[in-house]
Amino acid sequence: MLPLQQPRYRANRLGFSVAALLLLAYGLPYFQPLFAALYPDLPRPVYLQEPMAELMWQHIGLVSVSSALAVLVATLAGLATTTETGRAFKPLMETLAGMGQTFPPVAVLAVAVPAVGFGELPALLALSIFGVLPVLQATLAGLASVPTPVLDSARAMGMSPRHILTEVQMPLALPLWLAGVRTSVVVNIGTAAIASTVGAKTLGLPIIVGLSGFNTAYVLQGAMVLGLLAIAADLAFDWLALALHGHTRSVDNEA
Amino acid sequence: MMIRFEHTRKLYDGAAAITDLNLDIQQGELLVLLGPSGSGKSTVLKMVNRMVSHDGGQILFKGKDINSFNLQDLRRRMGYAIQSVGLFPHRTVAHNIATVPKLLGWDAQRVQARVNELLTLLALDPEQYASRYPHQLSGGQQQRVGVARALAADPDVLLMDEPFGALDPVTRAALQIALQKIHRATGKTILFVTHDIDEALLLATRIVLLNHGHIAQAGTPLELLQQPANDFVADFLGRADLGLKQLSLRAIASHIKAIEGTEPKHAIAHTATFREAISHMATLHVSTLSVVDESGTVLGQVQAADLLEN
Repeated sequence: MLPLQQPRYRANRLGFSVAALLLLAYGLPYFQPLFAALYPDLPRPVYLQEPMAELMWQHIGLVSVSSALAVLVATLAGLATTTETGRAFKPLMETLAGMGQTFPPVAVLAVAVPAVGFGELPALLALSIFGVLPVLQATLAGLASVPTPVLDSARAMGMSPRHILTEVQMPLALPLWLAGVRTSVVVNIGTAAIASTVGAKTLGLPIIVGLSGFNTAYVLQGAMVLGLLAIAADLAFDWLALALHGHTRSVDNEA
Repeated sequence: MMIRFEHTRKLYDGAAAITDLNLDIQQGELLVLLGPSGSGKSTVLKMVNRMVSHDGGQILFKGKDINSFNLQDLRRRMGYAIQSVGLFPHRTVAHNIATVPKLLGWDAQRVQARVNELLTLLALDPEQYASRYPHQLSGGQQQRVGVARALAADPDVLLMDEPFGALDPVTRAALQIALQKIHRATGKTILFVTHDIDEALLLATRIVLLNHGHIAQAGTPLELLQQPANDFVADFLGRADLGLKQLSLRAIASHIKAIEGTEPKHAIAHTATFREAISHMATLHVSTLSVVDESGTVLGQVQAADLLEN
């Protein structure tokens, strides 16, 4: 995050990166002369097997579905640790969340393929599983960041456990949780590119085709769209965090 | 009878933290639970609203066992203020104070009127402070809001766990006076935990001095100072200046005599305590002071010998 940036400037950067992304994804065929000049030795300097925009939307679709699943599962699992029965599972979840960071996504994909075959499904499965861990960790950290005196006085004023969860713990955990979702989604955008190796159509396809066919231009085009997509998503979260800032900023100063 | 402890016990890891506590707290008392660290004073307080459960005996609230109440109902009838305040950082001052009234289902208009009333009572201008967030307040202001929040739903009892312990001396003194005023104005039953003897002597209508989980002595501030029950009490209250502490509990108002001869050169306010008068005399090297009221009219004089022999 860049807390010192002016909100207006931030919105401009987001708009600019989205515009650049759309321009490149939809206008790629029109860049033929440019890439032909850059790569004079290549007979086909622009990736045209599938429209880049279509790959981008498939990529976004895969990331959206897998991230939504991951966020849902991780958030519910994290919140469950605040309940009487869920408390026992908290150490296990903390261990899992910590372990997840050392687990390479390619390995998850490699395990998923023999289990469910090639195509979208193993990609979806692997990306969902991989996306759970940062969100779970952030949910637990967010809940742990609620100051004990705040929880004590909530209890002592006669708030019910459900009230405390929805009106105290969840709003106060929100900034850290959102940071975890951001990490999960941005990492997921990059990881989804690798999913092309198991048959899912994503922005990884031009990169893989380019690498196996010694076509550097394809690699560059895929990588640029992919990079812009990740930047736009990151900036969108930045904007969202700022929009919530007024509501939650006090957390930094408390305790 | 507001609260009664009957043979109340509390164990921590098998060791007794509170042993056989018997205590009656009357309506309208400002009862100070005083004692060194680990004496069990906070535990006693927290057992009242079941933040800590007791392991033996009974605790009665308005004649009924506290365990017979619905937990949330019981807590909503008892205001709670703690040293670390515990304001909700994501809510405005007004929203914080409104917590319990809203839980009790008060309508918005009544809640708003109550919030304004309490902010005014705690000397915070509602227009200026109602919509602020806790982090925009000083420590003293935060605790004022904490006290207002505890008073919000007009609870039967106010439980205060070292509420002013983290404040600087000037702010603490201002809040002590504010609490005294609130106690006088509302007649609330207040249970107040502190380890600060001067705070206890200033605020208490009755002090319960605890040591190792049992009552070392209970009585008015003056009773404790004049007749300490044992060495622990005398040592804890500060054996060397028990006398000075007594002087600070007595007002000169009833010892003003008519002026004989010339009027003394130096004056003191008629609301001063013995301690303030004698301290004043010592600084000025005199043994007589004239006493004046708010408007500066001379009411009479006080003499050192008269104050000390009484």
